[in-house]
Amino acid sequence: MKRTAFLIIGATAAFAAMATAGTTTPDDVTFDDYGAVSASLTGVAGDAANGRKLFANRKLGNCLACHQNNDYLEQSFHGEVGPSLDGAGDRWNEAELRGLVSNAKNTFEGTIMPAFYRTSGFYRNMEKFDGKSILSAQDVEDIVAYLLTLTE
Amino acid sequence: MIGSNLLRVASIASIATFAFGTTAANAQSLVINDEETMIIQAPAAAHLENMDEVFSGWNFRTVETQALQMDDFDNPGMIFVDQAIDQWDTVDGAAGESCGSCHEGGTAEFAGLRTVLPRWDEDAGGIQSMADYINECRTERMQAEAWTWSSSKMTAMTALIGLESRGMPVDVVIDGPAADAWELGKEIYYTRVGQLDMSCANCHEDNYDTMIRADHLSQGQINGFPSYRLKNAKLNSTHARFKGCMKNIRAKPFGEGSDEFRALELYVASRGNGLSVEGTSVRN
Ligand code: HEC
Ligand code: HEC
Repeated sequence: MKRTAFLIIGATAAFAAMATAGTTTPDDVTFDDYGAVSASLTGVAGDAANGRKLFANRKLGNCLACHQNNDYLEQSFHGEVGPSLDGAGDRWNEAELRGLVSNAKNTFEGTIMPAFYRTSGFYRNMEKFDGKSILSAQDVEDIVAYLLTLTE
Repeated sequence: MIGSNLLRVASIASIATFAFGTTAANAQSLVINDEETMIIQAPAAAHLENMDEVFSGWNFRTVETQALQMDDFDNPGMIFVDQAIDQWDTVDGAAGESCGSCHEGGTAEFAGLRTVLPRWDEDAGGIQSMADYINECRTERMQAEAWTWSSSKMTAMTALIGLESRGMPVDVVIDGPAADAWELGKEIYYTRVGQLDMSCANCHEDNYDTMIRADHLSQGQINGFPSYRLKNAKLNSTHARFKGCMKNIRAKPFGEGSDEFRALELYVASRGNGLSVEGTSVRN
Protein backbone atom coordinates (compact mmCIF):
# COMPACT_ATOMS: atom_id res chain seq x y z
CA MET A 1 0.00 0.00 0.00
CA LYS A 2 2.61 2.46 1.16
CA ARG A 3 4.91 1.44 -1.65
CA THR A 4 2.26 2.11 -4.34
CA ALA A 5 1.59 5.58 -2.95
CA PHE A 6 5.29 6.28 -3.02
CA LEU A 7 5.57 5.12 -6.60
CA ILE A 8 2.67 7.27 -7.72
CA ILE A 9 4.15 10.37 -6.06
CA GLY A 10 7.47 9.52 -7.63
CA ALA A 11 5.87 9.25 -11.04
CA THR A 12 4.03 12.57 -10.65
CA ALA A 13 7.19 14.33 -9.55
CA ALA A 14 9.08 12.95 -12.53
CA PHE A 15 6.31 14.10 -14.82
CA ALA A 16 6.27 17.61 -13.30
CA ALA A 17 10.01 17.86 -13.68
CA MET A 18 9.78 16.80 -17.29
CA ALA A 19 7.03 19.25 -18.10
CA THR A 20 9.08 22.14 -16.79
CA ALA A 21 12.47 20.86 -17.86
CA GLY A 22 15.08 23.56 -17.63
CA THR A 23 13.11 25.63 -15.10
CA THR A 24 14.84 26.49 -11.84
CA THR A 25 12.52 26.05 -8.85
CA PRO A 26 12.26 28.99 -6.41
CA ASP A 27 14.30 27.18 -3.74
CA ASP A 28 17.08 26.46 -6.22
CA VAL A 29 17.66 30.00 -7.49
CA THR A 30 21.27 31.06 -6.85
CA PHE A 31 21.77 34.66 -5.78
CA ASP A 32 25.24 36.20 -5.66
CA ASP A 33 26.45 38.33 -2.76
CA TYR A 34 24.69 41.41 -4.16
CA GLY A 35 21.40 39.62 -4.83
CA ALA A 36 21.87 39.15 -8.59
CA VAL A 37 20.83 35.97 -10.43
CA SER A 38 22.94 35.38 -13.52
CA ALA A 39 21.28 32.26 -14.94
CA SER A 40 17.94 32.49 -16.73
CA LEU A 41 15.20 30.77 -14.71
CA THR A 42 13.84 29.00 -17.78
CA GLY A 43 16.38 29.15 -20.57
CA VAL A 44 13.66 30.75 -22.71
CA ALA A 45 14.24 34.39 -23.68
CA GLY A 46 11.92 36.84 -21.93
CA ASP A 47 9.04 38.41 -23.85
CA ALA A 48 9.15 42.15 -23.08
CA ALA A 49 5.65 42.83 -24.46
CA ASN A 50 4.14 40.25 -22.10
CA GLY A 51 6.34 41.57 -19.29
CA ARG A 52 4.83 45.00 -19.80
CA LYS A 53 1.33 43.55 -19.29
CA LEU A 54 2.39 41.66 -16.15
CA PHE A 55 3.91 44.88 -14.77
CA ALA A 56 0.51 46.52 -14.30
CA ASN A 57 -1.61 43.40 -13.70
CA ARG A 58 -2.92 43.75 -10.14
CA LYS A 59 -2.98 40.00 -9.48
CA LEU A 60 0.49 39.34 -10.90
CA GLY A 61 3.29 41.92 -10.96
CA ASN A 62 1.24 44.85 -9.68
CA CYS A 63 4.52 46.76 -9.86
CA LEU A 64 2.68 49.98 -10.69
CA ALA A 65 1.17 49.88 -7.19
CA CYS A 66 4.52 50.95 -5.79
CA HIS A 67 6.53 52.28 -8.75
CA GLN A 68 6.08 55.28 -10.99
CA ASN A 69 6.82 54.44 -14.66
CA ASN A 70 6.68 56.95 -17.52
CA ASP A 71 6.24 54.10 -20.00
CA TYR A 72 2.77 53.56 -18.49
CA LEU A 73 1.19 56.99 -18.73
CA GLU A 74 -2.03 55.47 -20.12
CA GLN A 75 -2.76 54.32 -16.57
CA SER A 76 -3.23 56.79 -13.74
CA PHE A 77 -2.27 56.29 -10.08
CA HIS A 78 1.35 55.21 -10.13
CA GLY A 79 2.60 54.26 -6.70
CA GLU A 80 5.20 56.16 -4.66
CA VAL A 81 6.30 53.48 -2.22
CA GLY A 82 9.35 52.48 -4.29
CA PRO A 83 11.60 54.54 -6.57
CA SER A 84 10.57 55.50 -10.10
CA LEU A 85 11.57 52.82 -12.60
CA ASP A 86 12.36 55.29 -15.37
CA GLY A 87 15.84 54.33 -16.51
CA ALA A 88 15.89 51.10 -14.50
CA GLY A 89 17.32 49.34 -17.57
CA ASP A 90 20.30 51.74 -17.48
CA ARG A 91 20.91 51.36 -13.75
CA TRP A 92 20.71 47.57 -13.51
CA ASN A 93 21.88 44.71 -15.70
CA GLU A 94 19.85 41.62 -16.52
CA ALA A 95 21.23 39.49 -13.65
CA GLU A 96 20.57 42.24 -11.11
CA LEU A 97 17.02 42.77 -12.35
CA ARG A 98 16.33 39.02 -12.25
CA GLY A 99 17.49 39.02 -8.64
CA LEU A 100 15.42 42.09 -7.79
CA VAL A 101 12.22 40.63 -9.19
CA SER A 102 12.83 37.11 -7.82
CA ASN A 103 13.60 38.27 -4.29
CA ALA A 104 14.56 41.91 -3.77
CA LYS A 105 15.37 41.16 -0.11
CA ASN A 106 18.74 39.84 -1.24
CA THR A 107 19.55 43.23 -2.78
CA PHE A 108 17.80 45.53 -0.31
CA GLU A 109 17.67 44.03 3.15
CA GLY A 110 14.31 44.45 4.84
CA THR A 111 12.63 45.96 1.79
CA ILE A 112 8.84 46.13 1.60
CA MET A 113 9.03 44.87 -2.00
CA PRO A 114 7.55 41.36 -2.17
CA ALA A 115 9.61 38.44 -3.47
CA PHE A 116 7.91 37.39 -6.70
CA TYR A 117 9.68 34.06 -7.13
CA ARG A 118 9.71 32.47 -3.74
CA THR A 119 7.60 29.71 -2.19
CA SER A 120 9.06 29.07 1.26
CA GLY A 121 9.61 30.94 4.48
CA PHE A 122 6.23 32.65 4.62
CA TYR A 123 4.26 33.07 7.85
CA ARG A 124 0.45 32.77 7.96
CA ASN A 125 0.32 32.49 4.19
CA MET A 126 -3.21 31.97 2.84
CA GLU A 127 -3.72 28.31 2.07
CA LYS A 128 -4.53 28.86 -1.57
CA PHE A 129 -1.10 30.43 -2.08
CA ASP A 130 0.82 27.73 -0.19
CA GLY A 131 3.71 26.43 -2.25
CA LYS A 132 3.02 29.00 -4.98
CA SER A 133 5.11 31.95 -6.07
CA ILE A 134 3.45 35.23 -7.10
CA LEU A 135 4.96 34.96 -10.58
CA SER A 136 6.01 31.95 -12.63
CA ALA A 137 9.62 31.57 -13.75
CA GLN A 138 8.74 32.69 -17.28
CA ASP A 139 6.76 35.68 -15.90
CA VAL A 140 9.95 36.79 -14.12
CA GLU A 141 11.96 36.44 -17.33
CA ASP A 142 9.33 38.43 -19.24
CA ILE A 143 9.32 41.26 -16.66
CA VAL A 144 13.12 41.36 -16.63
CA ALA A 145 13.10 41.67 -20.44
CA TYR A 146 10.59 44.51 -20.10
CA LEU A 147 12.61 46.33 -17.41
CA LEU A 148 15.64 46.23 -19.69
CA THR A 149 13.66 48.34 -22.19
CA LEU A 150 13.20 51.12 -19.59
CA THR A 151 16.15 53.23 -20.66
CA GLU A 152 16.48 57.00 -20.79
CA MET B 1 7.36 62.96 5.00
CA ILE B 2 4.30 64.44 6.56
CA GLY B 3 5.45 67.88 5.51
CA SER B 4 4.32 67.10 2.01
CA ASN B 5 0.98 65.97 3.35
CA LEU B 6 0.46 69.18 5.22
CA LEU B 7 1.31 71.10 2.09
CA ARG B 8 -1.22 68.99 0.26
CA VAL B 9 -3.84 69.71 2.90
CA ALA B 10 -2.98 73.38 2.79
CA SER B 11 -3.35 73.50 -0.98
CA ILE B 12 -6.55 71.52 -0.68
CA ALA B 13 -7.79 74.18 1.71
CA SER B 14 -7.85 76.83 -0.96
CA ILE B 15 -9.76 74.51 -3.28
CA ALA B 16 -12.20 73.74 -0.49
CA THR B 17 -12.84 77.43 0.11
CA PHE B 18 -13.91 77.66 -3.47
CA ALA B 19 -15.85 74.42 -3.77
CA PHE B 20 -17.62 74.20 -0.45
CA GLY B 21 -17.58 77.72 0.85
CA THR B 22 -15.83 76.53 4.01
CA THR B 23 -13.07 78.60 5.51
CA ALA B 24 -9.46 77.64 4.97
CA ALA B 25 -9.15 76.98 8.70
CA ASN B 26 -11.99 74.48 8.43
CA ALA B 27 -10.39 72.44 5.71
CA GLN B 28 -7.09 72.16 7.54
CA SER B 29 -8.76 71.07 10.70
CA LEU B 30 -11.63 68.72 11.26
CA VAL B 31 -14.50 70.67 12.77
CA ILE B 32 -17.74 68.74 12.84
CA ASN B 33 -21.05 70.57 12.48
CA ASP B 34 -19.12 73.85 12.73
CA GLU B 35 -18.70 73.32 16.46
CA GLU B 36 -16.72 70.23 17.51
CA THR B 37 -12.98 70.36 16.78
CA MET B 38 -11.25 67.01 16.46
CA ILE B 39 -7.59 66.47 17.34
CA ILE B 40 -6.29 65.05 14.05
CA GLN B 41 -2.58 65.48 14.76
CA ALA B 42 -0.83 64.85 18.06
CA PRO B 43 2.64 64.19 19.48
CA ALA B 44 3.34 60.46 19.45
CA ALA B 45 3.02 58.68 22.79
CA ALA B 46 6.33 57.78 24.46
CA HIS B 47 5.88 54.08 23.63
CA LEU B 48 5.97 54.82 19.88
CA GLU B 49 9.61 54.28 19.03
CA ASN B 50 9.72 55.27 15.38
CA MET B 51 7.38 58.22 15.06
CA ASP B 52 7.19 61.75 16.38
CA GLU B 53 3.64 62.60 15.43
CA VAL B 54 0.42 60.75 14.86
CA PHE B 55 -2.29 61.65 12.37
CA SER B 56 -5.90 60.68 11.97
CA GLY B 57 -6.74 58.86 8.75
CA TRP B 58 -8.94 61.87 7.90
CA ASN B 59 -5.80 63.84 6.93
CA PHE B 60 -5.09 61.47 4.08
CA ARG B 61 -8.46 61.46 2.39
CA THR B 62 -9.57 63.62 -0.53
CA VAL B 63 -11.33 66.93 0.02
CA GLU B 64 -14.62 65.35 -1.03
CA THR B 65 -14.32 62.48 1.45
CA GLN B 66 -13.10 64.83 4.19
CA ALA B 67 -16.13 67.07 3.66
CA LEU B 68 -18.53 64.17 4.24
CA GLN B 69 -17.28 63.91 7.80
CA MET B 70 -17.59 67.60 8.56
CA ASP B 71 -21.36 67.63 8.87
CA ASP B 72 -23.53 64.93 10.36
CA PHE B 73 -26.18 65.50 7.70
CA ASP B 74 -23.64 64.58 5.03
CA ASN B 75 -22.06 61.71 6.98
CA PRO B 76 -23.61 58.51 5.61
CA GLY B 77 -22.58 56.65 8.78
CA MET B 78 -25.18 58.61 10.75
CA ILE B 79 -28.01 56.61 9.12
CA PHE B 80 -26.73 53.61 11.03
CA VAL B 81 -26.49 55.59 14.24
CA ASP B 82 -30.20 56.39 13.82
CA GLN B 83 -30.89 52.68 13.49
CA ALA B 84 -28.98 52.06 16.71
CA ILE B 85 -31.07 54.72 18.49
CA ASP B 86 -34.17 52.68 17.57
CA GLN B 87 -32.45 49.46 18.61
CA TRP B 88 -31.56 50.99 21.97
CA ASP B 89 -35.18 50.91 23.13
CA THR B 90 -36.11 47.66 21.40
CA VAL B 91 -36.88 44.81 23.79
CA ASP B 92 -35.02 41.68 22.74
CA GLY B 93 -34.37 38.34 24.47
CA ALA B 94 -36.03 36.22 27.13
CA ALA B 95 -35.50 38.73 29.97
CA GLY B 96 -37.79 41.27 28.29
CA GLU B 97 -35.22 44.04 28.51
CA SER B 98 -33.88 46.64 26.11
CA CYS B 99 -30.60 48.55 26.46
CA GLY B 100 -32.61 51.55 27.59
CA SER B 101 -34.50 49.70 30.31
CA CYS B 102 -31.26 49.10 32.24
CA HIS B 103 -29.28 52.20 31.22
CA GLU B 104 -31.86 54.73 32.29
CA GLY B 105 -29.50 57.64 31.79
CA GLY B 106 -29.40 56.88 28.07
CA THR B 107 -26.23 56.58 26.01
CA ALA B 108 -24.90 59.70 27.75
CA GLU B 109 -23.89 57.31 30.56
CA PHE B 110 -21.11 56.17 28.24
CA ALA B 111 -19.38 59.51 27.68
CA GLY B 112 -15.65 58.81 27.63
CA LEU B 113 -15.94 55.03 27.43
CA ARG B 114 -14.74 54.77 23.83
CA THR B 115 -11.49 56.59 24.72
CA VAL B 116 -10.33 53.80 27.06
CA LEU B 117 -11.36 50.78 24.98
CA PRO B 118 -10.19 48.15 24.48
CA ARG B 119 -9.04 47.60 28.06
CA TRP B 120 -8.08 44.90 30.51
CA ASP B 121 -11.16 43.59 32.30
CA GLU B 122 -10.63 41.77 35.56
CA ASP B 123 -13.95 39.85 35.47
CA ALA B 124 -13.48 38.72 31.91
CA GLY B 125 -9.82 37.97 32.59
CA GLY B 126 -8.80 39.49 29.27
CA ILE B 127 -8.93 42.46 26.94
CA GLN B 128 -12.47 43.64 26.27
CA SER B 129 -13.61 45.74 23.37
CA MET B 130 -16.83 47.72 22.97
CA ALA B 131 -18.40 44.77 21.13
CA ASP B 132 -17.66 42.49 24.08
CA TYR B 133 -19.46 44.76 26.53
CA ILE B 134 -22.46 45.04 24.24
CA ASN B 135 -22.62 41.27 23.89
CA GLU B 136 -22.24 40.78 27.64
CA CYS B 137 -25.39 42.88 28.14
CA ARG B 138 -27.19 41.02 25.39
CA THR B 139 -26.42 37.50 26.53
CA GLU B 140 -26.29 37.88 30.31
CA ARG B 141 -28.74 40.67 31.09
CA MET B 142 -31.16 40.51 28.17
CA GLN B 143 -30.84 36.77 27.50
CA ALA B 144 -30.71 37.64 23.84
CA GLU B 145 -28.38 36.28 21.20
CA ALA B 146 -24.93 37.75 20.82
CA TRP B 147 -24.35 39.88 17.74
CA THR B 148 -21.42 38.95 15.54
CA TRP B 149 -18.57 41.43 15.51
CA SER B 150 -19.27 42.95 12.10
CA SER B 151 -23.05 42.60 11.98
CA SER B 152 -24.85 45.82 11.07
CA LYS B 153 -26.53 45.95 14.50
CA MET B 154 -23.20 45.62 16.31
CA THR B 155 -21.30 48.21 14.26
CA ALA B 156 -24.24 50.61 14.57
CA MET B 157 -24.44 50.21 18.36
CA THR B 158 -20.69 50.70 18.76
CA ALA B 159 -21.04 53.86 16.64
CA LEU B 160 -23.86 55.23 18.80
CA ILE B 161 -21.96 54.62 22.04
CA GLY B 162 -18.71 55.87 20.53
CA LEU B 163 -20.38 59.12 19.53
CA GLU B 164 -20.71 60.01 23.21
CA SER B 165 -16.91 60.32 23.29
CA ARG B 166 -16.57 62.32 20.11
CA GLY B 167 -13.72 64.83 20.30
CA MET B 168 -12.20 63.27 23.44
CA PRO B 169 -8.63 62.00 23.05
CA VAL B 170 -7.99 58.27 22.89
CA ASP B 171 -6.29 57.19 26.12
CA VAL B 172 -5.97 53.41 26.37
CA VAL B 173 -3.97 51.85 29.19
CA ILE B 174 -1.10 49.64 28.07
CA ASP B 175 0.63 48.66 31.29
CA GLY B 176 -0.32 46.64 34.37
CA PRO B 177 -2.47 43.63 33.51
CA ALA B 178 -2.87 44.91 29.91
CA ALA B 179 0.87 44.68 29.24
CA ASP B 180 0.97 41.10 27.93
CA ALA B 181 -1.79 41.69 25.40
CA TRP B 182 -0.19 44.97 24.34
CA GLU B 183 3.13 43.18 23.73
CA LEU B 184 1.36 40.52 21.69
CA GLY B 185 -0.38 43.22 19.65
CA LYS B 186 2.93 44.94 19.05
CA GLU B 187 4.50 41.69 17.90
CA ILE B 188 1.65 41.10 15.45
CA TYR B 189 1.98 44.68 14.17
CA TYR B 190 5.64 44.20 13.28
CA THR B 191 5.50 40.61 11.99
CA ARG B 192 5.61 40.09 8.24
CA VAL B 193 2.82 37.82 7.05
CA GLY B 194 1.37 36.31 3.90
CA GLN B 195 2.73 35.74 0.44
CA LEU B 196 3.46 39.47 0.07
CA ASP B 197 5.45 39.17 3.29
CA MET B 198 4.56 42.54 4.82
CA SER B 199 3.79 43.80 8.29
CA CYS B 200 1.35 46.51 9.30
CA ALA B 201 4.39 48.70 9.98
CA ASN B 202 5.72 48.33 6.42
CA CYS B 203 2.72 50.24 5.12
CA HIS B 204 1.41 52.33 8.02
CA GLU B 205 4.67 53.31 9.74
CA ASP B 206 7.37 53.21 7.05
CA ASN B 207 5.29 54.44 4.13
CA TYR B 208 2.34 56.48 5.36
CA ASP B 209 1.66 59.59 3.31
CA THR B 210 2.68 57.90 0.04
CA MET B 211 0.47 56.58 -2.71
CA ILE B 212 0.14 52.84 -3.10
CA ARG B 213 -1.56 52.78 -6.48
CA ALA B 214 -4.73 54.85 -5.96
CA ASP B 215 -4.65 54.69 -2.15
CA HIS B 216 -3.06 57.39 -0.05
CA LEU B 217 -1.55 55.42 2.83
CA SER B 218 -2.48 56.63 6.30
CA GLN B 219 -1.02 55.58 9.63
CA GLY B 220 -3.78 52.98 9.97
CA GLN B 221 -5.19 54.58 13.11
CA ILE B 222 -8.48 53.38 14.58
CA ASN B 223 -9.64 56.54 16.38
CA GLY B 224 -12.34 56.96 13.70
CA PHE B 225 -13.89 53.51 14.01
CA PRO B 226 -16.41 52.18 13.34
CA SER B 227 -15.79 53.68 9.97
CA TYR B 228 -18.21 54.25 7.12
CA ARG B 229 -16.48 53.22 3.90
CA LEU B 230 -17.64 54.50 0.53
CA LYS B 231 -16.30 51.27 -0.90
CA ASN B 232 -18.84 49.00 0.82
CA ALA B 233 -21.40 51.59 1.96
CA LYS B 234 -21.60 50.37 5.54
CA LEU B 235 -19.99 50.74 8.93
CA ASN B 236 -16.84 48.68 9.34
CA SER B 237 -15.45 47.33 12.59
CA THR B 238 -11.76 47.56 13.46
CA HIS B 239 -11.41 43.80 13.26
CA ALA B 240 -12.98 43.74 9.78
CA ARG B 241 -10.44 46.34 8.66
CA PHE B 242 -7.53 44.35 10.12
CA LYS B 243 -8.85 41.28 8.34
CA GLY B 244 -9.10 43.18 5.05
CA CYS B 245 -5.52 44.43 5.28
CA MET B 246 -4.24 40.92 6.10
CA LYS B 247 -6.13 39.42 3.17
CA ASN B 248 -4.70 42.06 0.85
CA ILE B 249 -1.22 40.84 1.67
CA ARG B 250 -2.43 37.27 1.15
CA ALA B 251 -2.11 36.40 4.83
CA LYS B 252 -4.45 34.12 6.76
CA PRO B 253 -6.29 36.65 8.93
CA PHE B 254 -6.99 36.15 12.61
CA GLY B 255 -10.68 35.84 13.47
CA GLU B 256 -12.88 38.82 14.31
CA GLY B 257 -13.16 38.83 18.09
CA SER B 258 -10.08 36.59 18.48
CA ASP B 259 -7.60 37.26 21.29
CA GLU B 260 -5.01 38.15 18.65
CA PHE B 261 -7.20 40.87 17.11
CA ARG B 262 -8.17 42.18 20.56
CA ALA B 263 -4.47 42.48 21.36
CA LEU B 264 -3.79 44.13 18.00
CA GLU B 265 -6.73 46.48 18.58
CA LEU B 266 -5.27 47.52 21.93
CA TYR B 267 -1.84 48.08 20.41
CA VAL B 268 -3.12 50.03 17.39
CA ALA B 269 -5.42 52.09 19.64
CA SER B 270 -2.41 52.95 21.80
CA ARG B 271 -0.56 54.20 18.71
CA GLY B 272 -3.34 56.75 18.41
CA ASN B 273 -3.40 57.89 22.02
CA GLY B 274 -3.99 61.63 21.90
CA LEU B 275 -6.10 61.66 18.71
CA SER B 276 -9.81 62.37 19.07
CA VAL B 277 -12.45 59.70 18.91
CA GLU B 278 -14.20 60.80 15.72
CA GLY B 279 -17.51 59.09 16.27
CA THR B 280 -18.22 57.70 12.89
CA SER B 281 -15.51 58.48 10.38
CA VAL B 282 -15.89 58.46 6.60
CA ARG B 283 -13.20 56.79 4.52
CA ASN B 284 -12.74 55.38 1.01
C1 HEC C 1 4.98 46.99 -2.08
C2 HEC C 1 5.87 47.80 -2.84
C3 HEC C 1 6.58 47.27 -4.06
C4 HEC C 1 6.11 46.47 -5.09
C5 HEC C 1 4.73 45.85 -5.24
C6 HEC C 1 7.18 46.36 -6.03
N1 HEC C 1 8.27 47.06 -5.59
FE1 HEC C 1 10.07 47.28 -6.57
N2 HEC C 1 10.82 48.35 -4.98
C7 HEC C 1 10.10 48.74 -3.88
C8 HEC C 1 10.97 49.52 -3.01
C9 HEC C 1 10.56 50.17 -1.70
C10 HEC C 1 12.23 49.56 -3.64
C11 HEC C 1 13.51 50.24 -3.14
C12 HEC C 1 14.30 49.30 -2.29
C13 HEC C 1 14.15 49.66 -0.84
O1 HEC C 1 14.64 50.73 -0.45
O2 HEC C 1 13.52 48.91 -0.10
C14 HEC C 1 12.09 48.82 -4.88
C15 HEC C 1 13.12 48.67 -5.81
C16 HEC C 1 12.95 48.16 -7.10
C17 HEC C 1 13.94 48.22 -8.15
C18 HEC C 1 15.28 48.94 -8.06
C19 HEC C 1 14.93 50.40 -8.25
C20 HEC C 1 16.02 51.30 -8.75
O3 HEC C 1 16.08 51.47 -9.95
O4 HEC C 1 16.79 51.76 -7.93
C21 HEC C 1 13.40 47.61 -9.25
C22 HEC C 1 14.04 47.43 -10.61
C23 HEC C 1 12.08 47.16 -8.88
N3 HEC C 1 11.83 47.52 -7.57
C24 HEC C 1 11.20 46.51 -9.71
C25 HEC C 1 9.93 46.06 -9.35
C26 HEC C 1 9.10 45.25 -10.20
C27 HEC C 1 9.42 44.85 -11.61
C28 HEC C 1 7.98 44.95 -9.49
C29 HEC C 1 6.82 44.05 -9.85
C30 HEC C 1 7.11 42.76 -10.40
C31 HEC C 1 8.08 45.63 -8.22
N4 HEC C 1 9.30 46.28 -8.17
C32 HEC C 1 7.11 45.62 -7.22
C33 HEC C 1 8.77 48.45 -3.61
C34 HEC C 1 7.95 47.63 -4.39
C1 HEC D 1 0.10 46.68 1.59
C2 HEC D 1 -0.05 47.76 2.49
C3 HEC D 1 -0.80 47.55 3.80
C4 HEC D 1 -0.51 46.70 4.85
C5 HEC D 1 0.64 45.72 4.95
C6 HEC D 1 -1.52 46.95 5.86
N1 HEC D 1 -2.39 47.90 5.45
FE1 HEC D 1 -3.85 48.80 6.56
N2 HEC D 1 -4.39 49.94 4.95
C7 HEC D 1 -3.78 49.94 3.72
C8 HEC D 1 -4.46 50.85 2.82
C9 HEC D 1 -4.08 51.13 1.37
C10 HEC D 1 -5.52 51.41 3.57
C11 HEC D 1 -6.53 52.45 3.10
C12 HEC D 1 -5.91 53.81 3.14
C13 HEC D 1 -5.48 54.17 4.53
O1 HEC D 1 -6.31 54.55 5.37
O2 HEC D 1 -4.28 54.01 4.84
C14 HEC D 1 -5.42 50.84 4.91
C15 HEC D 1 -6.27 51.19 5.98
C16 HEC D 1 -6.12 50.74 7.26
C17 HEC D 1 -6.91 51.21 8.38
C18 HEC D 1 -8.01 52.26 8.33
C19 HEC D 1 -7.49 53.63 8.72
C20 HEC D 1 -8.55 54.68 8.72
O3 HEC D 1 -8.25 55.80 9.18
O4 HEC D 1 -9.66 54.43 8.30
C21 HEC D 1 -6.48 50.52 9.49
C22 HEC D 1 -7.00 50.66 10.90
C23 HEC D 1 -5.42 49.63 9.05
N3 HEC D 1 -5.23 49.79 7.71
C24 HEC D 1 -4.71 48.77 9.88
C25 HEC D 1 -3.78 47.83 9.43
C26 HEC D 1 -3.19 46.80 10.27
C27 HEC D 1 -3.47 46.62 11.74
C28 HEC D 1 -2.36 46.07 9.48
C29 HEC D 1 -1.60 44.80 9.79
C30 HEC D 1 -2.39 43.66 10.20
C31 HEC D 1 -2.38 46.68 8.16
N4 HEC D 1 -3.27 47.72 8.17
C32 HEC D 1 -1.59 46.28 7.08
C33 HEC D 1 -2.65 49.20 3.36
C34 HEC D 1 -2.01 48.28 4.18
